[in-house]
Amino acid sequence: MASTELATRPPESGDPRPTGGRLAIPRNAWRALTSMRTALILLFLLALAAMPGALLPQRSLNQQLVDQYFTDHPSIAPLLSRLGFFDVFAAPWFAAIYLLLMISLVGCVLPRTIEHAKTMRAAPVATPRNLGRLPHHGSATLDVGPEEAAERVRHRLRGWRKVETATGSGRTISAEKGYLREFGNLLFHLSLIGLLVGFGAGKLYGYGGQVIVLADGGQFCNTGILGYDSFQAGLRVDGTNLQPFCVRVNDFEASYLPDGQPESYHASIGYQTTDDLNAGRVDQWRPYPLEVNSPLRLDGSRVYLINHGYAPRFTVTFPDGQKRTGEIQWQPVDATTYLSQGATKFEPPGVTDEEKRRTSQLAITGLLAPTSSGGQVVTSVFPALRDPEVAVDVLRGDLGLDDGRGQSIFEVDQSKIDSGQLKQVARANLVPGQSITLDDGTIVTFDDVRQWVALQISHDPGQDTVLVFAVLMLIGLGLSLSIRRRRFWARLTPTADGTRTVVEIGGLARTDRAGYGEEFDRLRADLLDAPHTGAEVDGSGADGPNTAAKDG
Amino acid sequence: MLTEFALYSDRLFMAAVGVYVLAMVLHGAEYAVQRSAKGVLVGAGGPAVETDAPPPDAPPRDGSGPGRAERYGRMGVSLVVLGAVLQAASIVLRGLAAQRWPLGNMYEFTSAICLAAVVAWLVVLRRSPASRPMGLFVLLPVVILLFLGGTVLYAPAAPVMPALQSYWLVVHVTTVSIASGLLMVPGVASLLFLLRRSGKLEGFAERLPSADALDRLAYRITIIAFPLYTFAIMAGAIWAEAAWGRFWGWDPKETVAFVAWVIYAAYLHARATAGWRSGPAAWVNVAGFAAVIFNLFFINMVVSGLHSYAGLG
Ligand code: HEM
Repeated sequence: MASTELATRPPESGDPRPTGGRLAIPRNAWRALTSMRTALILLFLLALAAMPGALLPQRSLNQQLVDQYFTDHPSIAPLLSRLGFFDVFAAPWFAAIYLLLMISLVGCVLPRTIEHAKTMRAAPVATPRNLGRLPHHGSATLDVGPEEAAERVRHRLRGWRKVETATGSGRTISAEKGYLREFGNLLFHLSLIGLLVGFGAGKLYGYGGQVIVLADGGQFCNTGILGYDSFQAGLRVDGTNLQPFCVRVNDFEASYLPDGQPESYHASIGYQTTDDLNAGRVDQWRPYPLEVNSPLRLDGSRVYLINHGYAPRFTVTFPDGQKRTGEIQWQPVDATTYLSQGATKFEPPGVTDEEKRRTSQLAITGLLAPTSSGGQVVTSVFPALRDPEVAVDVLRGDLGLDDGRGQSIFEVDQSKIDSGQLKQVARANLVPGQSITLDDGTIVTFDDVRQWVALQISHDPGQDTVLVFAVLMLIGLGLSLSIRRRRFWARLTPTADGTRTVVEIGGLARTDRAGYGEEFDRLRADLLDAPHTGAEVDGSGADGPNTAAKDG
Repeated sequence: MLTEFALYSDRLFMAAVGVYVLAMVLHGAEYAVQRSAKGVLVGAGGPAVETDAPPPDAPPRDGSGPGRAERYGRMGVSLVVLGAVLQAASIVLRGLAAQRWPLGNMYEFTSAICLAAVVAWLVVLRRSPASRPMGLFVLLPVVILLFLGGTVLYAPAAPVMPALQSYWLVVHVTTVSIASGLLMVPGVASLLFLLRRSGKLEGFAERLPSADALDRLAYRITIIAFPLYTFAIMAGAIWAEAAWGRFWGWDPKETVAFVAWVIYAAYLHARATAGWRSGPAAWVNVAGFAAVIFNLFFINMVVSGLHSYAGLG
């Protein structure tokens, strides 16, 4: 294996210019930053710094887990939080590492690019005087004249860059191959920068959010942040410029294996593009079968099917005969049986007295089993909607809806129960059609269950850029790791009578990659051992007498 | 029919593990015989498996160790080949039984990684038979992983959930398994390299390939596996874009894949940095493989994320 220091050291590290004067400090700092060793250390730091992002819960992924961590580790959680360990990938120290790495990379790769551009135009290096000292070498005397021998070498070195030089009585041929390796290396590193830029663009101008839509005709229009249940905005997104489009969910179907494992999810949706909306085509919906792994792609935005669940419908008949119907999504709490929980909230109708209105609000909370076991305690045995049953508590009192604090749509405010402002007035298990009557004559009826789907809307203007640079990066990596940069020289010297030619060859691999030996052996066999020449051959091991004599 | 396929698949899996263990025993015997041959000369300590007639191509039979060691070694290798065939058959039958690409859960995934490692090892052996004494140490992690796969991680043949029904599963998971399996061989080679260089365990390390050969082996395989791993991560990102709504979200699995990738990038840099070329670089390679394994087990089993395949996402 022939590897050389020379080939792998970045060019500036061998720079002999004396340092001094006022620029010495910045220049040395720059040099240190762009050295290979610094790059190496920054790479380690990057790997190390990313680890907490995998080991600690992250706010961007799951706020609840972070809250849980605070409860479990009250002593260190606040410190970790202040240091950014729950937002590793947005932490300033993480950014500092990758930005330094990118600067180091530019500083390292740009000079190399210029260097390589020059090398591409330069002729292969002149033939060394003593080929016998190279890691690969050989010589033989061929039974042909110098012209034919040269032709033979030229022919064999097709595809190599080569140059011929006349020397005293003979000539030399220098050849080099594998320029694509350095090209690949540079392409790889420069693509990394492009990739980061595309990634950054997405973080600045992208946005995404989730919304739950009832699955029998519910609609969502991407016109503002308020339409979302949750929304993640890029740093430069204020929500006023979302790409307008609408979707309507016509139907949702899930199929399951007998053991309850989901087999397929399918939502039939209709959509209206920005153009449709602009052109006023608001009563037509373009159909699309939305499935997992198959999002709806509208120029620039995508709509995904990410979850589904159930929304029980209750009708409350107030003592004065007025009816109110409530239908809101409940949240799956068991991913295999789709046992769901939630809270459906009602305001008493037609009550003008503010105090009375506030203290006679109703909430129906509890569990919904899509396929009830039929037992005393409601449990679900299957995720599909076969025998739905709810186990509910009816609460009356002040739900706290007017407190100005946002509250979860899936539960009631526990503090209102604790303080006695909200009291349980009934508890029952109901199947569709059944009802209970409260002490004041109010009737609560469980009508039926509808399905909802959760949609994810994503908008990332940087992702195509990232893809392009990722592919370039992979090509660059492939080239730089599979191609060997290698040199080959031949010196042809005619014998005194001019009918035979002494051919000496030598080779050097310029990169840390074994394997040139085998290729060189083939070259030697083709050039020197050709049977019809009757050549006398000297192998790599022995210094040919001719070589020694000539260079002596 | 399908349940029979599933059953045969499981049996073949067990048979493969058994054969690998036997191969390890033979490689172990190869060591023991060599060692005793060196010390006491005549066959002490070697298992008493003697055939009546010497095989035609055996070296001169004077009862001394090296001839027998050679034989045990070769038998070990033959068994590894047999094990690989059995294991490949097990994986194919698994796919037929479940009627899908047989890489849908941790058990199948572990099996594929180990097969990739074993096949990579056999290719190495073919190209440089002198590496054979390393066999024991390549088989050790393979057998441990397969044992865990067949017990803790085992899952019966079944269809996969909707999120996994995508041809990107084939592209992403197959490449990531092959890359991980390939990386196992450099990981072992680098460890042995460090062991050899440390000078400890003299007599034992002596029979391994030379430090230089181990180092070269590690590098050669890493530069094949690393681009494949890169591709696998990219395929994962493309799949994530189609399944989860974003191509990269720092999910724990993605994060550790990134960490492993960066460590391997550091390895390649270390190979090109004076003072880091051999010893430190080998440590980095070992760290890289540790990250890959950590990602496979710890992240899948302890940390929950999108990759735990719970729920729709
Ligand atoms: C995000 C940061 C970086 C990553 C992920 C990265 C990755 C890689 C990889 C995978 C290789 C292997 C390709 C090959 O061997 O030809 C490589 C080679 C190389 N890198 Fe980087 N690199 C990074 C930053 C840098 C920096 C900052 C420098 C300069 C200080 C640098 C200088 C080099 C050089 C000179 C080589 C070629 C080594 C050789 O000739 O074998 N890289 N890099």
